[in-house]
Amino acid sequence: MYNFEFAKPSSVADAVAALGEEDAQALGGGQTLIPTLKQRLASPTKLVSLKGISEMQGVCTGDDGALCIGGATCHATVAAEAGAYPALASTAAHIGDPAVRNRGTIGGSLANNDPSACYPAAALASGATIVTNSREIAADDYFQGMFTTALDEGEIITEVRFPVPEKANYQKFVQPASRFALVGVYVAKFADGVRVAITGASNDGVFRWAEAEAALSANFSADAIDGLSLSGDDMISDLHGTDAYRAHLCAVMTKRAVAAAA
Amino acid sequence: MAQVTMTVNGKAASGEIEGRTLLSSFLRDQLKLTGTHVGCDTSQCGACVVHVDGVAVKSCTMLAAEADGADVATIEGQANADGSLNVIQQAFQDHHGLQCGFCTPGMVMSAAALLKDNPKPSESDVREYLEGNICRCTGYHNIVKAIMAASGQDVGAIAAE
Amino acid sequence: MPKDGGIGASSKRREDVRFLTGAGNYTDDINIHGQAHVFFLRSDIAHGTITSVDTSAAEAMPGVVKVFTGADFEGVGSIPCGWQVTDRHGDPMQEPAHPVLAQGKVRHVGEPIAAVVAETLAEARDAAEAISVDIAELPAVVNMKDALKDGATKVHDDLTSNLCYDWGFVEENKDAVNKAFDEAAHVTSLELVNNRLVANPMEPRVAVGEYARGTDEHTLYTTSQNPHVIRLLMGAFVLGIPEHKLRVVAPDVGGGFGTKIFHYQEEAFCTFAAKACNRPVKWTSSRSEAFISDAHGRDHVTKIELALDADNNFTAIRTETHANMGAYLSTFAPSVPTWLHGTLMAGNYKTPLIYVNVKAVFTNTVPVDAYRGAGRPEATFQLERVVDKAARELGVDPIALRRQNFITEFPYATPVAVEYDTGDYHATMDKLEEMGDFAGFAARRAESEKNGKLRGLGVNCYIEACGIAPSNLVGQLGARAGLYESATVRVNATGGLVVMTGSHSHGQGHETSFAQVVAEMIGIDESMIEIVHGDTSKVPMGMGTYGSRSIAVGGSAMVRATEKIINKAKKIASHLLEASETDIELKDGAFSVAGTDKSVAWGDVTLAAYVPHNYPLEDIEPGLEETAFYDPSNFTYPSGAYACEVEVDPDTGKVSIERFAAADDFGNIINPMIVTGQVHGGLAQGIGQALLENCAYDENGQLLSASYMDYAMPRADDLPMFSVDHSCQTPCTHNPLGVKGCGEAGAIGSPPAVVNAVVDALQSAGKDVTHVDMPLSPDRVWAAMNG
Repeated sequence: MYNFEFAKPSSVADAVAALGEEDAQALGGGQTLIPTLKQRLASPTKLVSLKGISEMQGVCTGDDGALCIGGATCHATVAAEAGAYPALASTAAHIGDPAVRNRGTIGGSLANNDPSACYPAAALASGATIVTNSREIAADDYFQGMFTTALDEGEIITEVRFPVPEKANYQKFVQPASRFALVGVYVAKFADGVRVAITGASNDGVFRWAEAEAALSANFSADAIDGLSLSGDDMISDLHGTDAYRAHLCAVMTKRAVAAAA
Repeated sequence: MAQVTMTVNGKAASGEIEGRTLLSSFLRDQLKLTGTHVGCDTSQCGACVVHVDGVAVKSCTMLAAEADGADVATIEGQANADGSLNVIQQAFQDHHGLQCGFCTPGMVMSAAALLKDNPKPSESDVREYLEGNICRCTGYHNIVKAIMAASGQDVGAIAAE
Repeated sequence: MPKDGGIGASSKRREDVRFLTGAGNYTDDINIHGQAHVFFLRSDIAHGTITSVDTSAAEAMPGVVKVFTGADFEGVGSIPCGWQVTDRHGDPMQEPAHPVLAQGKVRHVGEPIAAVVAETLAEARDAAEAISVDIAELPAVVNMKDALKDGATKVHDDLTSNLCYDWGFVEENKDAVNKAFDEAAHVTSLELVNNRLVANPMEPRVAVGEYARGTDEHTLYTTSQNPHVIRLLMGAFVLGIPEHKLRVVAPDVGGGFGTKIFHYQEEAFCTFAAKACNRPVKWTSSRSEAFISDAHGRDHVTKIELALDADNNFTAIRTETHANMGAYLSTFAPSVPTWLHGTLMAGNYKTPLIYVNVKAVFTNTVPVDAYRGAGRPEATFQLERVVDKAARELGVDPIALRRQNFITEFPYATPVAVEYDTGDYHATMDKLEEMGDFAGFAARRAESEKNGKLRGLGVNCYIEACGIAPSNLVGQLGARAGLYESATVRVNATGGLVVMTGSHSHGQGHETSFAQVVAEMIGIDESMIEIVHGDTSKVPMGMGTYGSRSIAVGGSAMVRATEKIINKAKKIASHLLEASETDIELKDGAFSVAGTDKSVAWGDVTLAAYVPHNYPLEDIEPGLEETAFYDPSNFTYPSGAYACEVEVDPDTGKVSIERFAAADDFGNIINPMIVTGQVHGGLAQGIGQALLENCAYDENGQLLSASYMDYAMPRADDLPMFSVDHSCQTPCTHNPLGVKGCGEAGAIGSPPAVVNAVVDALQSAGKDVTHVDMPLSPDRVWAAMNG
């Protein structure tokens, strides 16, 4: 790692101020950022830890019934405390490994938007709202491609609000080495329709599968996916699976998620 | 350089660190607690697992500065007060849950964290929990067996010897 | 009943206490006052000509002690290769120079170009980034068959081609083998890949060099399986340091699996730089560095053919293998696809005619060398796959076909140069059928199918040659070293013993099992015996631990030395007891006169040896210390039968191991608990090879699986509980303990069982799949099913 200054503010305001410095970068749980720094792929002059900001910690239920998760809340806490939204708790309980879940944060994961991460699928399928220090961003507007989001420089995810669906499930088919999603499908059924978000598969990062959503909104059963398929043209092809294989897995995992949710 | 102070295995410890100093480096290089090992640089092998404020973390993927003021437990502090092996350590020896010993500190620390939350884990609970701890020697058979034995379960039927 | 101590007891491991309490002493735990750190600038280009290296900016960076480049090593020796293979035409293999730091060209990603020694590792790395290197890139040679085409780019300009050797074995049998194929009633052929692997001991390599100016003595602390071998190779061939001025220490070593046998550039560098900088120099590999600098394993591409007569008897085997050497010849690399592979092609079967052809090829990849099993897994995999395929083609039971062709009479001279001393292949297969509950398989398959899964059962046998090896034989085969082992047993005045063994323990538990042997021989408590290893200043000589040789060769040397001790102690006892030496018996730690109640305790005899007040000085010297060298007369031949049951998810191609049974014959066993653990670990590595692990390069010589993000290590939830048995025991006839060795069996025997099982599962669903190359990752299995 290149050296950097370390700061651990105790308020969002102080964090935003610290991040105003040139080449300062926010540090969530560091479970992706620190390995990246070890490879010297980034060279921030200052890391601003968000772990000391108590207002960004914890899980609660908002007035509108949405589950509100502080941006610096670690996956283990979500797994333990998001009982009001079991599919989300279960998703959090299977991110990384236990030690990673004790450090990694929801805000960090969403800000990084790794194309194989789990939380982006959960947020997109749930129609979550990404709350930052300056605004609220709908999930549909937030994810803008692999490692790319609507966040501005220095903007901090302070909270994520998840509307709680009637039924939901996340199915992850793991890449055997990294244990990230080779393909992960999050299905959420709301009163007004079904949302399906897929991670791990596309060169453009997490995406919604409109055709499956339409079919499932009409008939929320695994059979509804029969005959539907995604093109592998824009999908990731690597050592662990071709684009065609990933496209195939998208349908398989969608069916399984629907079956598990129903 | 900044000053960091924490409690390690029940004793106060402090030192000068850079921003980039990892908790694993602080433990190994400054406190000379070399029982915590570093086996990878992508946060996967788990040889570096320690407890920070009661939960398992990968000390190679946490800045020492983040542990300022924390209560840290490492493999060096796990034995009983009289120096004898604790229940988990003893089970690892009894069931041959280690060979080269390099992953062992992380395994023991992860096992301790598991049993704290889940005092009677099933075999699949243990295997799933160890997702972040890689062992190249044992094939995990005897590690899983040791952890289940440490939880007080009868492992006699699992396999011979 | 479990035995309480001694041979055959599952004694708990004494080394565990330090490992379980964080008190181990691994090389990276060693920090010497004044030490500097080195960071190697490694090539990120697979093949190219170095046009310039400018270190001036780096030299001016903070903390920098000295910057080294290839120019600093001109005149320094080449990293040596320890084995010279002679090709089919009687010519020696092509053997390129292997510099400590690249000279003129880079030949694989990861090759060190320059090294920065600085006060801290971070400063060394910072400065390394300031080194300016210009490389004119050349086409990378990656695919072995392309590498041998006319006009292919050469990895080494001074060699005639990329062919290291073209080996034929047994060359004189070639025509007879071809004739047998012409006359065969059935021929089964199979082309397959034995996938390239990275050994991945959990402890990355570390080297610390130290130099004492006052005495001109060098010390190297290193993560090695054989410190004496490193002392010899580095001292004699690279740096020109005589053994008496060079100490090599391999303290606690966190796993080896073969990749820590070899002498590496970083060891030579740290030793060299410690003198050049006049301060200790330490290198600690990161895992990322390990992927591009530790020797890889396997990487064979093979066509195997099996000829059978009308009664399904095997009549001949013919193979053609391309074996990847990588860019340079690592220490034992040439021996792996030849003498550790061709000699095993008979397997457990009485096939009368065998011809093996191996073309070893240079490519722009990391050097390839021995990895757990080394040649024997490659032989076993192709043989057991082709036998399985033959059974399916002929419509006969795979187990019955194997049994029909088993070797049943011993000793048995194979057509590939080796003679098996003992074995009972029906016994291990019988045991396996019982352990594997084959009778219940149909019901288990039906249950799996009810859940939408396919289920398959795969069985195979294996034979291995361990206890490496008779020096006179391996010398004829090209080994440039003897492969004996030594042990010194030092008895202290009060009766405790120190055994200094040339074997090295890096997970095998020698400190426990070796002590059990000596305790049994003398009849004293194991706690009275200390096993010392891993330090050339303490142990007189040693060839180290690999090839499942420790107990068979190192243990035998220890037995011989202990016998000398006992003989001398008996002389002392006979004097003390005033009896004839021939009447003295040693039992339970006491010497007695046969037929009398006169006896003297072990401790009284050892005390007399060092306090010779009443002592036959005219007949024997005081003191009680003996050394023995043991050179085996043959290899040992562990064997066994393995069975794997898998479930395949037809929707995703994911394979899960549901049951795995291993019936091994290791001859006599010292510590059953440790032996079982060795098998478990071997199985995990073999299953890892079969399902998960894949060291892959792209066409430009870039490593695609360069970290644990892409190289899939087996984890706890990838594996089942194993069923392991070693009650079938046909003791080795030619070593004193009757032992055969157990360290590699699991890794040798398990891959074909897994692949056979998956093929069985897929065929059960009517899929016309006869082979899938390892690793059988979900995408590959799915593609095979939907091919």
